[in-house]
Amino acid sequence: MMDRSGAITYPMTWKKPPYIKNGSIRRSIYFFSALYLAAAFGTMDVNWTRVAEGLPRAERFLDAFFPPNFADNRGVVWDGIQESIWMAIISTVAGILLSVPIGLGAARNLAPKYIYLVNRAIIALSRTFPEIILAIFAVKLFGFGPFAGFIALSIGTIGFYAKLLAEDIENMSEDQAEAIKATGASWFQWINYAIQPQVMPRMIGLSVYRLDINFRESAVVGIVGGGGIGATLNTAFDRYEFDTAAAILLIIIGIVMCLEYVSGFLRNRVQ
Amino acid sequence: MPKIDRSSGLSWRKHTTKKELTIWLYWLIGLSIVTYAWNLISEKTIWFFVQDAGTQAIDIGSRMVPPKLSYMDKLWQPVWDTINIATIGTIIALIIAVPVAFAAAKNTTPHPLIRTIALFIIVSSRSVNSLIWALILVFICGPGIFAGTIAIGLRSIGFCAKLLYEAIEEIDHNQVEAIQATGASRAQQMLYGIVPQVLPTFAGVGVYRWDINIRESTILGLVGAGGIGLQLNGSINTLAWTQVSMILLVILGTVIISEWISAKVRHAII
Repeated sequence: MMDRSGAITYPMTWKKPPYIKNGSIRRSIYFFSALYLAAAFGTMDVNWTRVAEGLPRAERFLDAFFPPNFADNRGVVWDGIQESIWMAIISTVAGILLSVPIGLGAARNLAPKYIYLVNRAIIALSRTFPEIILAIFAVKLFGFGPFAGFIALSIGTIGFYAKLLAEDIENMSEDQAEAIKATGASWFQWINYAIQPQVMPRMIGLSVYRLDINFRESAVVGIVGGGGIGATLNTAFDRYEFDTAAAILLIIIGIVMCLEYVSGFLRNRVQ
Repeated sequence: MPKIDRSSGLSWRKHTTKKELTIWLYWLIGLSIVTYAWNLISEKTIWFFVQDAGTQAIDIGSRMVPPKLSYMDKLWQPVWDTINIATIGTIIALIIAVPVAFAAAKNTTPHPLIRTIALFIIVSSRSVNSLIWALILVFICGPGIFAGTIAIGLRSIGFCAKLLYEAIEEIDHNQVEAIQATGASRAQQMLYGIVPQVLPTFAGVGVYRWDINIRESTILGLVGAGGIGLQLNGSINTLAWTQVSMILLVILGTVIISEWISAKVRHAII
């Protein structure tokens, strides 16, 4: 840089370049964010006196964690946990069994256009609604109990697993598929020897991950009547038995931690 | 590659006999677990209701059409609340997730003990579903949007902090070293060496979580934590099926729009 007298000067200060380079876009993003936040907070109707009243309740709830009460309702809690675990396992298995044909049909490089569209529509539909809403309807149709939860979680699994399976198949290497085809393999042999080995490692990892999700979800479908530990937890809250509720929450956290560890271990092994 | 001699000549098999037996054993264990689980579930099922489900589905389905379009007038406010719960909840989560992520990343944590605490915060926030958080918070601070927002915030901390600390652990250390060589303090190293590297991930994670939170905040009303779930619960309880189908349509629309926005923004960032 040269100043007017011709001597060379160097800039002595430096400013971090802004993240969004275009000035007017940056300013309008800031402006509209501020406007939105003002509107959002302005319409948020918070009853602060009620919140303040809640503080001693929060204290009571936290007290319940020291120590949590595992003993008093042991039978009910154990039943609920078992129900949740079995529900998670069986809905993962059923969901994956249903996902395989749907996933194969939703892969653009395997299926003709109309089959592809039908299967994509099934995936989109089962993905949109949260498991709880599916559970509400399952409870209406199949009655209270774990069967309703099982149906809701299976449908949720289809939306997750079939979509990822289809995407994985679409991203596979075409060379191997062509090589198997060149040997004169039938369609089933082609799927079994060319496509399945390519997608299998990732799919095993994902199925354990989905088991983990299904267990977590099975803890809440009980709130709307879908069975499992959620029902027990809800009852504990309704009866103000916070020490039992705390125990249930700790058990859920413990099981989820174990599942996460197992799924990490399995994924490392198969990949 | 195992080969077998048959009278018809050499043929190829995928696995050795030993491996095949192990695979069969795994299948056997898996199948027995599933059968056992199925027995347990079916014991607790009233099969009469399940057989009846088809007629029930047709019945409810016929009651749900046509959706009551005029009900939309009463839905604008809940939809606005739902979006606010998701957005403000995500902002709260991001603000708390940043220090937690820096404490949990191996290369920025001040002390291993603090790292353990941060990891515990992440796990417990992730394992408890937002609906359970909402259940607790409705009891503590009363029904309404406030409980829902905090529930979404608490649930999202773990998710955002986990993805963020993984990004921090994977940064390019040369850049941090270069900043260090200029004589920068530890805070300056973080600000100029690490933050610019993880900022795109941060924005991406925030938008992704916002999209998930829109979906989750539609159901928080079921336990009284505000949003459109409140109307859904009320309509189902009063058997107003045309309102239910209208609400489901609105949820569908909101979710699709938020997914579209999230995909656009993430595409623009990355």
